[in-house]
Amino acid sequence: MSTSNGSGGSDPRKHTISVLVENRFGVLSRVAGLFSARGYNIESLSVGETLDPAVSRMTLVVRGDEFVIEQVTKQLHKLIDVIKVSDLTDDSHVEREMVLIRVNAEPQHRAEILRTGDIFRAKVVDVTPISFILEATGDEGKMEALIELLRPMGIQEIVRTGKVAIARGPKSKAARRAEPVKARPRGPDDPRVVGFAD
Amino acid sequence: MKMSGARMVLECLKREGVDTIFGLPGGAVLPIYDVLYDFEGIRHILVRQEAAAGHAAEGYARTTGRVGVCLVTSGPAATNLVTALQDAMMDSIPIVAFTGQVPTHLIGNDAFQEADNVGITRPCTKHNFLVKDGKDIGPIIREAFHIASTGRPGPVHIDLPKDVLVKEAELIWPERVHLRSYNPTYDGHPGQIKRAAKSIVRAKRPVFYVGGGVISADASVELRELAELTQVPLTQTLMGLGAFPMAHPLSLDMLGMHGSYYGNMAVHHSDCLVAIGARFDDRVTGRVDAFAPNAEIIHIDVDPSSISKNIKVDVPIVGDCKSVLAKLLEAVREELKQDVPAAVRDGRRQWAEQVAQWKRDFPFRYDWDDDVIKPQYVMQEISNLTNGEAYIVTGVGQHQMWAAQYYRFTHPRRWCTSGGLGTMGYGLPTAMGVQAAHPGKLVINIDGDGSFQMNSQEMATCFTENLPVKTVIINNSGHGMVRQWQRIIYKERYSSVDLPGIPDWVKLAEAYGCVGLRVTKPSEVVSAIEKMLSTPAPVILDVCVDKDECVFPMVPAGGANTDMILALPSREVKDKAAKSQTGF
Repeated sequence: MSTSNGSGGSDPRKHTISVLVENRFGVLSRVAGLFSARGYNIESLSVGETLDPAVSRMTLVVRGDEFVIEQVTKQLHKLIDVIKVSDLTDDSHVEREMVLIRVNAEPQHRAEILRTGDIFRAKVVDVTPISFILEATGDEGKMEALIELLRPMGIQEIVRTGKVAIARGPKSKAARRAEPVKARPRGPDDPRVVGFAD
Repeated sequence: MKMSGARMVLECLKREGVDTIFGLPGGAVLPIYDVLYDFEGIRHILVRQEAAAGHAAEGYARTTGRVGVCLVTSGPAATNLVTALQDAMMDSIPIVAFTGQVPTHLIGNDAFQEADNVGITRPCTKHNFLVKDGKDIGPIIREAFHIASTGRPGPVHIDLPKDVLVKEAELIWPERVHLRSYNPTYDGHPGQIKRAAKSIVRAKRPVFYVGGGVISADASVELRELAELTQVPLTQTLMGLGAFPMAHPLSLDMLGMHGSYYGNMAVHHSDCLVAIGARFDDRVTGRVDAFAPNAEIIHIDVDPSSISKNIKVDVPIVGDCKSVLAKLLEAVREELKQDVPAAVRDGRRQWAEQVAQWKRDFPFRYDWDDDVIKPQYVMQEISNLTNGEAYIVTGVGQHQMWAAQYYRFTHPRRWCTSGGLGTMGYGLPTAMGVQAAHPGKLVINIDGDGSFQMNSQEMATCFTENLPVKTVIINNSGHGMVRQWQRIIYKERYSSVDLPGIPDWVKLAEAYGCVGLRVTKPSEVVSAIEKMLSTPAPVILDVCVDKDECVFPMVPAGGANTDMILALPSREVKDKAAKSQTGF
């Protein structure tokens, strides 16, 4: 018999969860409040409008084992303003975040910073005689690599967005979910799929 | 039709079929109270403190199955109401609570009697609304009642700024409520139901573990049919009491921390545990890794997030208990057409004998005393004298557990107790709500002297609103449950638990215009209860009981259910308990 806080669960790892919500007053605090009330940690969160202006999408990155993530998705689903919850982690998907880096740019380093930036397809968005601001987008690994390469030059400030993510393929995940049962990622006997309205 | 927001609120409530609201006026909701002055069709019951309005609405909802409604003003009234909202949240009680709010242009200005009501109630409601425009009142009230009463029921809060109540607007009344983001699952997965039926029929040591979900889904009839068909013994949670008649031979009474020995043992040794509308609360499971270690666990619940939250479930069935039990009955009937292996039949026979033996050998028990009243005896007599038919409400503490152990419930929706939140002071105001919903019926509030004092002001409401609630105070001059823990786990270091005989309950009852009775001898208990039952007015019956009596059985916090103690432990057991205690 394993329990949610026992040793039966898988190892904790990062999950990227995409949540469609009604674009209403208070919905962000409902989601944020759920996480603090249940003791889950949000590693990053980004919110934006979708094609339908009445609907917003939140992309959450949460760390947890399978029991925690199962509870997170169920609890999110329980919120009245939440329309759909998808865990993108195990599906093929694209993740991006953006980072703005203010880095020292002494004359002897300027060329190297620009070269490094080029390799990462980063743009220089501000220049002073002694500094650059670089703008870069990519997945978390790429951002970390860029930051590590620039660190020796003296990074003054980093501003990062939360992660945004989208499932790969010709149709949205929601559209694929609506297809017959065989398209579901898990069998009907799996406890994690029962009970959701989708 | 154009009307003021205030009138619209009452008009919508009437259309929702509301006949009673519990409330207390104040600045921000004065427009509603002004309309209420000559509004017909809704009874307003004026309480003395806002939490009482919330609890009364809970009592109304629990015993009728309809949504309870309360109405209070802004700021401190809303914050007072929070306890009742969280109580309803934990126990899944459908109420709709209205609070006043400062006018919209003052929101956020630290205005007089302003609080961030929706911010405060967000985590303790199923959903909440701030109304910003009068035309939204109709649709929001419609949604609120829908959300409160469907799926896993719960409290919904609507915050009403004063200017919205004053301004006129067009009443919009949607015929149907459709929320794209809220579609509770009612019908269980047929494959899972079939699997469950197979497991139940093939199990050698099955047990049903029944919770409040059966009550809120009104599924008692289906439950009884299933239990009798399968002959599976059945134990109920504190919230589930009444779902199944206690006198039934299959009943194992309550399980959990102060549950029956036989209920807990049956669950522990079971090989197939069927949880029906229950949520594996820590007061039920004890140490989770030692809970029903050999059982295949089948869990029927309308709330997917209850499933595999505390205990990993093998056969999850998300759905309404009534619908799922009906389907499960069919599936079991189908399954029973096939031959059951002889080994299973033998196993079931031995199981029935084993359970019967536990029941025989370890019933709820206490030591009789000729001179001092034992609280358990009072419960037995209340149960006898009312045939298990009264509406029973309790406070929180020892008396609550004794009532749960000794009252022989016969029907669902006759029992109100604060299960999840454990709200002391819950008894009297909730009993008021029950009495308002069932005029002429017998409503008994079994309370403790500590618990009762948290809302005793409501005796005034009982008197003025003609709500003849009978309160039995199990008076042990202290916080008995805390005392019990200090005795058993904290080495008899009694800290802040004595409430020595103040006030005089008989005089207090009389001060409120009610009837006060007192009984101190075991031989007078029956006549005192009879006198109370035959008094038409609200009564306080002060029963002076043995203050050293403890609630047994007891599973110490953090212990497994098999660590249950049946009587006051020896010194060494106490020392062990003190070392292993993991918090109250």
